[in-house]
Amino acid sequence: MTDSERKFLMAMACKVRLGILQGTHGAKSGHPGGSLSAAELFTYLYFKELRIDPKNPKWEDRDRFVLSKGHTAPGLYAALAHRGFFPEERLPTLRHLDSELQGHPNMNTVPGVDMSTGSLGQGISAAAGMALAAKKMGKACRVYALLGDGEIQEGQVWEAMMFARHYRLDNLCAVIDNNGLQIDGPVDEVMSPYPIAEKLRAFGWETVEIDGHDFDQLEAAFAKARETKGVPTGIVMKTTKGKGVSFMENQAGWHGKAPNDQEYEAAAAEIKGRLAEVEAE
Amino acid sequence: MAEMKKIATRDSYGAALAAIGAEHEDLVVFDADLAGATKTSVFRKAFPDRHFDCGIAEGNMMAVAAGAAAMGLVPFASTFAMFAAGRAFEQIRNSIGYPHLNVKIGATHGGISVGEDGASHQCCEDFALMRSIPGMVVLCPSDDVEARAAVKAAYEYQGPVYLRFGRLPVPVFHNEADFRFQIGKGEVLLEGSDIAIIATGLMAWEALEAGKLLHQQGISARVINLCTIKPLDEELILRAARDCGRVVTCEEHSVIGGLGEAVSSLLGENCPVPLRRIGVNDQFGHSGPAQELLRQFGLSAEHIAEVARSF
Repeated sequence: MTDSERKFLMAMACKVRLGILQGTHGAKSGHPGGSLSAAELFTYLYFKELRIDPKNPKWEDRDRFVLSKGHTAPGLYAALAHRGFFPEERLPTLRHLDSELQGHPNMNTVPGVDMSTGSLGQGISAAAGMALAAKKMGKACRVYALLGDGEIQEGQVWEAMMFARHYRLDNLCAVIDNNGLQIDGPVDEVMSPYPIAEKLRAFGWETVEIDGHDFDQLEAAFAKARETKGVPTGIVMKTTKGKGVSFMENQAGWHGKAPNDQEYEAAAAEIKGRLAEVEAE
Repeated sequence: MAEMKKIATRDSYGAALAAIGAEHEDLVVFDADLAGATKTSVFRKAFPDRHFDCGIAEGNMMAVAAGAAAMGLVPFASTFAMFAAGRAFEQIRNSIGYPHLNVKIGATHGGISVGEDGASHQCCEDFALMRSIPGMVVLCPSDDVEARAAVKAAYEYQGPVYLRFGRLPVPVFHNEADFRFQIGKGEVLLEGSDIAIIATGLMAWEALEAGKLLHQQGISARVINLCTIKPLDEELILRAARDCGRVVTCEEHSVIGGLGEAVSSLLGENCPVPLRRIGVNDQFGHSGPAQELLRQFGLSAEHIAEVARSF
């Protein structure tokens, strides 16, 4: 990755974070914590990894992305808007009565959304079905899914893991956002999913562990996934929930709470400050 | 009269999948370790590269089928009714129903005629569960001819369809040569004007036998077969209620939430007439030979005739 590419992605991640804040603030509800922890991931996917065309969102040979942890829709919407799938001005309409931006992703209302999700554990199965279909249809496209570390408490996730390995879906890449917190508290106190990488390896997946806020590590992990043949790839990324907004970081309380006006101003100022730093570098 | 040919509609399902699959490359089948029982094994034998066993993991299977449909394939996902509509209800609701994906759910072993396996496997709630999902088409064919036609219609229809098939061989009473099937349309099997008997699935044949019995006893019974439980053929039902003034519904399903309640709601709002629901009366099934179970649960021509005469 060149310095200018990295700088572009870091600046874009700030804009995605601002979009997350605009969305959840506008909605007066929603899930900023897990959206912010995956901001680099959303950015990397939509600005580097995915073969997509914002002018032709239903392009049949595009790569697919399934947001299995559908409650972090604010992050997906922000990335889609900045990538040109729909105007950024729509972001603050998140969850409004007249908005296409539903609380959880709806593939029939939002351009660029490949699968309707929201009920945890199901998106990874749908992604596996897409990957299997792509192979059967002779399509070269790849399928990506993002899961939460709390989400993998759902048994269906492991049914899907078995399925993907059994059918050798090497065109499938699942990312697990290990931000360590879920609604009721730390994941290892609520119902420990650990060890995560060892579980994936035991299910026969190629497994990579990275820092989910580091674009160079993201690049290496996705390159590894593309090179891997015969088995699907899992990327376990360690992240900070609420990343980028100091008062939201590592706070389970910010899993599903919107910033009020003052909090929004403070958070946006912090992100804008970071954006100015990145651009000045 | 010669003994009628009997075929289980699950066999019709397997045969229809293989026949349609021969013409359409985009038809794929998912099963959950029950291919032998659901008869998707017939399709698997013909097209092994388009049949995917998901193992005993029905929730995953339904969402996998959703993903395949999102890519443009036409998946039929099969298991027993209990584990399709029951166990995987929420996957069907959220991953198939909500995005209105083109998945066909081929559920076999519906109702108590599963027989010896007993209550855990006798699904009498699937109509209720599937009807409640917006945009879901619910079909329950009555015999081999109708079942094969229903599978074809489901393939051709754009959107989610739930199909219920049975394990028990049942009389083939439709004539294939002049049979026309349309989703959402019922058919009058016997004309009459004193009472309307509306039935679905294997109860259609029992209702027809009951109708003939009633005609012999001087009661002019109209017998209607409703393969499509949703969307309901409202016109046909309302006309029957207006013409006959009394209605009996018959289904191999709980009297709660199924055909009987769908018809009751329609008539209650539009043409209130005396009505009796014949079905499984808010109880679980149990093990036993299918025919004897059906008799014991009142799902027989004799019982239908008796109810029709008594109100």
